[in-house]
Amino acid sequence: MRTDPIFGRLDWSVTPFDDFAADPSLNEFVATAAAAMVPLGALAVIAFLTWKRLWGPLWRDWLTSADHKKIGIMYIVLAGVMLLRGVAEGAVMRTHQVTALDGGMLSAEHFAQLFSTHGTIMIFFVATPLVTGLMNFAVPLQIGARDVAFPVLNQVSLGLTAAGAGLVMVSLVIGKFGTGGWTMYPPYTGKAFSPGPGVDYWVWAIFISGIGSTLAGLNIAVTIYKNRAPGMRFLRMPMFTWTALCTSIMMVYAFPALTVASAMLMLDRYLDFRFFTNDLGGNMMQYANIFWMFGHPEVYIVVLPAYGVFSEVSATFSAKRLYGYNSLVIATMAIAVISFTVWLHHFFTMGQGANVNAAFGIATMIIAVPTGVKVYDWMATMFRGRVRLSVPIIYLVGFFFLFVFGGLTGVILANPTIDYQVHNSQFLVAHFHNVLIPGVLFGVLAGIHYWFPKAFGFRLHERHARWAAYLWFAGFSLAFLPLYWLGLMGMPRRAASYDNPAFEPVMWVAAGGAMLVVAALLLTLWTFYSSARDRAELACPLGDPWDGRSLEWAMPAPPPPYNFHALPYVKALDPFTIEKAEGTPYCAAERYEDVELPRNSALGLWIGAASGIMGFAMVWWIWWLAALGALAIIGGLIARAFVTDTTRTIPAAQVKRDHMAFLSRVRRARPVDRDKETAPANMGLADPEVPA
Amino acid sequence: MKTDARSELRRYITGAALSALLTAAAFWAVVSDGVTRGTALWIVGLCALAQIAAQLRFFLHIGAHTKREDLYLILFSVLLAGLMIGGTIWIMASLQTRMH
Repeated sequence: MRTDPIFGRLDWSVTPFDDFAADPSLNEFVATAAAAMVPLGALAVIAFLTWKRLWGPLWRDWLTSADHKKIGIMYIVLAGVMLLRGVAEGAVMRTHQVTALDGGMLSAEHFAQLFSTHGTIMIFFVATPLVTGLMNFAVPLQIGARDVAFPVLNQVSLGLTAAGAGLVMVSLVIGKFGTGGWTMYPPYTGKAFSPGPGVDYWVWAIFISGIGSTLAGLNIAVTIYKNRAPGMRFLRMPMFTWTALCTSIMMVYAFPALTVASAMLMLDRYLDFRFFTNDLGGNMMQYANIFWMFGHPEVYIVVLPAYGVFSEVSATFSAKRLYGYNSLVIATMAIAVISFTVWLHHFFTMGQGANVNAAFGIATMIIAVPTGVKVYDWMATMFRGRVRLSVPIIYLVGFFFLFVFGGLTGVILANPTIDYQVHNSQFLVAHFHNVLIPGVLFGVLAGIHYWFPKAFGFRLHERHARWAAYLWFAGFSLAFLPLYWLGLMGMPRRAASYDNPAFEPVMWVAAGGAMLVVAALLLTLWTFYSSARDRAELACPLGDPWDGRSLEWAMPAPPPPYNFHALPYVKALDPFTIEKAEGTPYCAAERYEDVELPRNSALGLWIGAASGIMGFAMVWWIWWLAALGALAIIGGLIARAFVTDTTRTIPAAQVKRDHMAFLSRVRRARPVDRDKETAPANMGLADPEVPA
Repeated sequence: MKTDARSELRRYITGAALSALLTAAAFWAVVSDGVTRGTALWIVGLCALAQIAAQLRFFLHIGAHTKREDLYLILFSVLLAGLMIGGTIWIMASLQTRMH
């Protein structure tokens, strides 16, 4: 292929716009419209920021901030933007599928790109940053820490994740994405069969963001190990922190496997290595093996924090101590270890012997046991509690119904003989959406609703959020449960068209479900907008709108940059509930100390931008620019090493003043009981329920 | 304080030199003509293990006085590495025998 020394293999024919001009079909129209959304969306954001004069605050308070709360929120915003695209792609695919009897509105290649980007985005740039964001926000608050262990590294992790997400977004406009599915199995994705830049976009996005996720896991694990408040023993940590600990350790061990798999594929594609080729000693099965060594733990990496959220909300909204805390801890740790012993169930049909399959099949069935323990624990927590049926509980109840169903089909699939029948069919598509949406997405949405008032100082509109929750439930059920049926009828996954007319009516039902999912997403966005609009009415600045149980609810909302006015001494699980029961919450500390906080730094932004540019340049073989990007990364790290003044100090007197002001506001406020939880009277001071 | 920093620096330099040496030895075993395939695999494997030990000792300061938490983490790492490597060998060997 001809390459230009300056532009590599980049030229004017790479955008979808000229394809549309040459061939104005519906297929090209969809591609062009999608491609136009990216620059138009970016322009709209730039115009809005300029109009509202927000560039300065954005730079100072967010992009260069090393505050774990801000970084956590930025992770979630990034994931939200990517979720918009992921859901839109899902809706386009469903629309295509109702027309796909003997044809379809999209070309087969376009459809393949859609399912590849949809999967890549949803796993790596929605689910992973969502849970990373929640952990970043909540874990230091729950364990009584002022920040994470490595605040600037935290920025770098976010920067790398955003760089990967940016590459996937750019692929919509410049060039095309790969067509090998989100797993990008070689040899199809090797140089011989996919010479274009599409697979390279995937390889670089995954390589860069994967390193970011490894670092994020490292950071959270070290934070939980080293930064707990005095008295916060392991068995006094809130359940969400426990799941965050297990998830972050899993990230440290699982993501390197992904980095290795993508790096090996990269070497195959760029330097003619032969790890996964058909000929000359390559072994493409090894790719599946290494990829799923990451891929299966990843499933639990994203679902464990959701379990943590459900543990928190089931206790809080039932006004009851979490049932079976120790069993939940053991179940979490068991899942974390066993999840590293089941990866082969993703390729039962690869050709290894029956004994191997049987062993991994049994391990897969075993991992359902600790998850079952958890479901029973949450139900027992709610049993005879004073359950408030507010939004997080709606998600939890929806999770009970749907996730248990998805888990059961997982146990069915764990049987290799059955897997041989239904693998690569829509049955599988139904199964993994059935665990990921009610598991991860419902959990994260419950968590967002739960912690949003803590982060921003006002609650989300309960009524809108409730309708959104019902819509997610209905939309998911209609869009994915029929696919089990389709799978049993024999419809393969990832097929751009089908010739069996019996599939078509079921596809219509699923498409209707997809529209409901789109409506649920829009209503969720509307909830954020309408809540921000009515924030005066929904304000809860005193920080405890839900009669919370763990440390984070004892501080004002939004929390001060240093989180805790005085570091608490933790004597038991649910310390805040105990303080409220004993009538001693909101006490002044005996003495206040100077607080050291990390100064703002642009390192995360710099490394994110440099690695994004490097990745883009490598995709298009623009070697000089790639070298420049790599140099910028190394130079940024070296320059950072010369910065010695990395912290700023908040004097003890100011901390004390802040705390006294907060305490006097608390004393003046009127506590509300749980009946008025969603009323404007709820300023975030709880009249506690009798603890059970 | 000054001698502390110096001994710290010496540790890192020793660690880096040992790691470089062990990497070079592995490359040499593969590249040189005199070593048979089986021997080369053994040399590469042993060099890798030695390098892990060197990095734990010199970079991560794991020694006789480390805390119990560190021991747990090392044991957990060994468990997971064992699962991944052992599982891979088992799977790929099974595949290999059935492909013939």
